[in-house]
Amino acid sequence: MGDLLLIHRLHFGFTLVFHYLFPQLTMGLALLIALLESLSYWKKDEALHEAARFWARVFGINFVIGVVTGIPMEFQFGTNWAPFSRYAGGVIGQTLALEGVFAFFAESTFLGLFLYGEGRIGRKGTWAAAVLVFVGSWLSGYFITATNAFMQHPVGYAVDASGKLAMVSLWQVLTNPWLVWEYAHVMTGATQTGAFAMAGVGALYLLQGRFEAQARTFVRTGVLVGALASVLQIFPSGDAQGRLVAQHQPATLAALEGLFRSAPGAPLAFVGQPDMQRRRLDNPIELGHALSFLTWRRWTARVEGLDAFPVEDWPTNVPLVYYAYHVMVGLGTFFIAIQLGAAFLLWRRKLFASRPMLWVLLLAIPFPYVANTAGWVAAEAGRQPWLVHGLYRTPQGASYHVSSGNALFSLLGFTGAYALLAILFLFLVGRELARGPVEGAPAHEG
Amino acid sequence: MGTLFFCFLAFLLAAYVVLDGYDLGTGMLHLGLARDDAERRQLLRTIGPLWDGNEVYLVASGGTLFFAFPELYAVSFSGFYLPLMIVLWLLIVRGVSIEVRSHLLSPLWRQAFDVGFSASSGLLAFFLGVAIGNVVRGVPVGADRWFLQPLWTDFRLGKETGILDWYTVLVGTTATFVLAEQGALWIAWRTAGAVRERALALATPVWAVSAVLTVVMSGVTFLVQPHIPAGLVREPWRLLFPAAGVAALLAAPLAIRRGQEGAAFAAWSAFLALLLASVAAGLYPVLLPSSLDPRLSLTVEEVRAADGALRLGLVWWPLAIGIALAYTAYVHRRFSERVAP
Repeated sequence: MGDLLLIHRLHFGFTLVFHYLFPQLTMGLALLIALLESLSYWKKDEALHEAARFWARVFGINFVIGVVTGIPMEFQFGTNWAPFSRYAGGVIGQTLALEGVFAFFAESTFLGLFLYGEGRIGRKGTWAAAVLVFVGSWLSGYFITATNAFMQHPVGYAVDASGKLAMVSLWQVLTNPWLVWEYAHVMTGATQTGAFAMAGVGALYLLQGRFEAQARTFVRTGVLVGALASVLQIFPSGDAQGRLVAQHQPATLAALEGLFRSAPGAPLAFVGQPDMQRRRLDNPIELGHALSFLTWRRWTARVEGLDAFPVEDWPTNVPLVYYAYHVMVGLGTFFIAIQLGAAFLLWRRKLFASRPMLWVLLLAIPFPYVANTAGWVAAEAGRQPWLVHGLYRTPQGASYHVSSGNALFSLLGFTGAYALLAILFLFLVGRELARGPVEGAPAHEG
Repeated sequence: MGTLFFCFLAFLLAAYVVLDGYDLGTGMLHLGLARDDAERRQLLRTIGPLWDGNEVYLVASGGTLFFAFPELYAVSFSGFYLPLMIVLWLLIVRGVSIEVRSHLLSPLWRQAFDVGFSASSGLLAFFLGVAIGNVVRGVPVGADRWFLQPLWTDFRLGKETGILDWYTVLVGTTATFVLAEQGALWIAWRTAGAVRERALALATPVWAVSAVLTVVMSGVTFLVQPHIPAGLVREPWRLLFPAAGVAALLAAPLAIRRGQEGAAFAAWSAFLALLLASVAAGLYPVLLPSSLDPRLSLTVEEVRAADGALRLGLVWWPLAIGIALAYTAYVHRRFSERVAP
């Protein structure tokens, strides 16, 4: 039983982490493309339109892989987590269905128009399609985050006579206070991925001395949007989310922060390794009282450590939760430094000539992916041992009647298929980048 | 209210089969009908902007099943574990093949993805049919409400059935031909030149095979699952579905002969939808028959979500699907002229 539960968890975790590499870029780029298309339409600037078209090609490749790896996610609730689907389908079935019928339809339809339809719908139509792809993809993110927010902090539900969840108020589920901040945090994270990709590719072209006019547009747009997103990422969205965790999932907060002992005036650990045997943080570098202040806005407030909770309520993998969280926060801090530094150079008109800063922007491309992935691992591993926090434990939800051989076979199958997809993706995007924003290239070949 | 959502679900599934049917069919025939790269691109251009939107109807059907019938979603998705995984992998291969093949000029690259596209389209059509076959024949739902079927056992009907047995293979084969016809009529309608001629030439023999297989399959179905003819006869108005289906089946070749490819496509789409409607009408109120004991079959009322959830769904679901149908109609109109070679 234990093995099977682990396989189901790895199955979902692996496919989710891989899947989310793609939507984070498409959601970020959707915003940036809509922005470029809007500016282009408004200023009657063809160069901006060409820039948007170049990114639309990258978007297209990303979108396909996002879709084909996303459909399995919807199915996995039923295949690998059948008892959970039976239990919670009355609520999360609804938010997932809303995503499919409202958001995904809009995104897919208008992307088809945007990529293939330029000759038929004119410039105004292309602009409208770009904006609607943006609306669809962000709406999609909203409904998916609503599903997750319900699992983190259930609201608007009732437990019916048979012990299953029933939706009482869709409005409450869609305005869940947890959702508001989680959505802001997730979307600013996706925007960073898009902005870093755009700025980094622009930096690459400037360093190579190719496509300089387009490259400046990429760097300028990426840095401005990225700087704004990096700041919003930490404050208010990250800060507010941290305080929600402290309020509603105190055991998770203790694991995130590596706080083993409850204390007034709790310190904030920047570095340190959770030692599960001795129940302490090894080699800590801490800032005294800072955690108390960040959490409760008082320097001497008491913060509950892991010792305040029975071990069976601790997240099942405390070190994973701790490291994922620290990687996310550490990178988030770097992003602010990089983007504000670049924005400063941009303002002083020195950015395009500053090779060191362009190198930094280029090399930074992968790190928002790392930060976003770490953030989701912290959130999802941090929610353990619960599937629906406080209501339903993870071991209750797995499909035990599916034999572990079947589950392992499909896990290995996905691993192989996704490895091939990753190679294909890197190859195709690499080709697109090598070709660059060539004038007059079609938005889509078919 | 359960009945209403049963109709909604049947409607969405029919929309999915009609819409993705033509692009699956196009995929299957694509290797044979298109002789060179220009013709392949011509075929791909007829479905390029549309296939992804069509596939969303599958996601929407899954979502509707999940929220309106969570119990059925849980039981069936876990019970059909391996076939669903295979379907997911096929969907991955197919989506990637369509979008990626034209990115490189290399003939080898294009051939590889063309074969991937054709094979995955054909296998998907087959497995969709097998899925319907399983739902009609019934699966070993036990008293604990769970079941897990192996891919195959001995290909015979009985208590220890697999996903694949002679009956479901028959349904799968029928589905493959029926969707191939849907693709042939789509291509005949939406292309010009040599490809269109070949599609027209293929449409009649594929129609004949489909018609024979449909008749055989219907007869066998009445023996395998007597619940279906009984259900149809119990309320005779339900017989309208199969009757109209037969009319649509016969209308398609007449329209082809008169050179009205659009009408032929419409007739065949109606036939697909009515075929599914007949199955749904025959099964109702059962959603998933148990092959162990008819009393263990899952019925609409047993597996539906609570009243509150369904009442809520009644507010947004028709609105959302209305908007989605409007999008679908809009893009189909936008891309409606014949694609020249």
